[in-house]
Amino acid sequence: MAEILSNIQVSHDVFRMKVAGEYEGKPGQFFMVRKDRGLPLLPRPLSIFDLQKQKHYIEFLYQVVGEGTRQFAHLRRGDEIELTGPLGNGFPIHEGRSALVGGGIGIAPLYYTASHLLRPDLYLGFREEPYVIQAFKSLGLSMQVTVGGSILDQLSMNSYDHIYMCGPEGMLRAAQRMQTEQGYKGNLYLSLEKRMACGIGACLVCSVKTKSGNRRTCVEGPVFTAQEVEIDA
Amino acid sequence: MLDLSCTIAGVRLKNPLIMASGTFGFGKEYTRYYDISKLGGISGKGLTLNPKQGNSGLRIYETASGIMNSVGLENPGIPAFLANEANDWEKLDLVRIVNLGGDDIDQYVQGAKLISEDCRVRQARGARAVDMIELNISCPNVKQGGAAYGIKTRDAREVVQRVRDATSIPLLVKLSPDAEDLVGMAGMCEEEGADGITLINTISAMKIDVYARKSVFQSKYAGLSGPAVKPIALRMVHQVACQVNLPVIGAGGISSATDIVEFIMTGASAVQVGTHNFIRPQAGEELLNGLIDFMNAEGICSLDEIRGIV
Repeated sequence: MAEILSNIQVSHDVFRMKVAGEYEGKPGQFFMVRKDRGLPLLPRPLSIFDLQKQKHYIEFLYQVVGEGTRQFAHLRRGDEIELTGPLGNGFPIHEGRSALVGGGIGIAPLYYTASHLLRPDLYLGFREEPYVIQAFKSLGLSMQVTVGGSILDQLSMNSYDHIYMCGPEGMLRAAQRMQTEQGYKGNLYLSLEKRMACGIGACLVCSVKTKSGNRRTCVEGPVFTAQEVEIDA
Repeated sequence: MLDLSCTIAGVRLKNPLIMASGTFGFGKEYTRYYDISKLGGISGKGLTLNPKQGNSGLRIYETASGIMNSVGLENPGIPAFLANEANDWEKLDLVRIVNLGGDDIDQYVQGAKLISEDCRVRQARGARAVDMIELNISCPNVKQGGAAYGIKTRDAREVVQRVRDATSIPLLVKLSPDAEDLVGMAGMCEEEGADGITLINTISAMKIDVYARKSVFQSKYAGLSGPAVKPIALRMVHQVACQVNLPVIGAGGISSATDIVEFIMTGASAVQVGTHNFIRPQAGEELLNGLIDFMNAEGICSLDEIRGIV
């Protein structure tokens, strides 16, 4: 069990939760997070928003989408929560020019990833109100923010050696098309969001189709290259 | 001195906790979290003769006190299992159960034969990877086979008969709660020479997306498991255990030590834990410790003292 240090509402349905503890974790990895008792039964997968091992905390940014996350939103400082992780492969970190592209709650893994890359450019797209923009601004990086429309319109893929992306499936599919259209030869990494049960590779409810067969989002993912993964229509 | 052991079809389990098929992979995912050889046994991910990709679309939906899954038996196929995972199973000190599925009877039979043949080869060098076969005629998530054989006793009889003829490995039959005549089905398994019954598989269930005006699952129905099904599972285990002379492995919504005890008291020889493994990876070990604590607190030395007491 871990103690919640804060759980702040940052938009009408997005919260930023800080949990005490000395956790390990790479950019793009996630934790299975569960209230200490009661329903719902299953933990929910939340990616690392920030992790400061020396300062003894980890942060998650999550959107309220169902009963599980609705209950997270009711948690207060001092409440307890159960974390299993870090899980998944995370983003491969490379040198070179890189862009971090997030759509909606897909920005969650990008903040921590940014601190592992050499001056990446940030592209953050929101449907309505932006959130945690101040945190991203404090990184002092070049940053494009859009509200409505597609953040991908701001992105010229060939300006980068590596692109790290997380967002809704429609956006990720659009990025795959863009990759073909722009003949992009760099690395386009897509982080997928899937419903999960165990989070550790046993239950196969988060399987995705790839060119080399089914892969588990929780173990072989959540990060896949745009060339290999087939995203459901 | 506590005795948690139980024996099913001549196979001794060090305790009654078996991890249910489809919730534990082939075991190795959980070894990071605890020593799984503490368990009585595992029933591996359901296998079919040929690899299966599983179902498309949403595969999980949580409901009040339960989950619905529509995985659709995604698995690497029996030959790949025998070539890869079975070698790891050789090293495990617990009862290893292959859960056997199939699209048609010939596939079940061929699958059972491959497993038997593999057993003979390993036996020749003094090794063993599989202790039992659990015949799955109850998966609600596949179009062919699966629960299609698990509804009518007459249909199930042929599968059980033919698989029994094909293998001498101890044979469990995992029954569907949707069977038309559950006690008759279990009686048939006894007549056909099965060694035990696993009861219950998930219950065929549904969830509607009212905005999309359709089922959330592409294959329409999905299998309900978890605490929501436990009262039904207990009643079914009780009925079958009272009327059939085969050991019953009780399964359905176990999430505490006293849940295990309830199943034992209704007559189960052992139990399977499924959905609860998803709550946290260490859940199996916690249940075992809880069972030991319960027996100590209640002054129970052996589960034989309480088995079938209700």
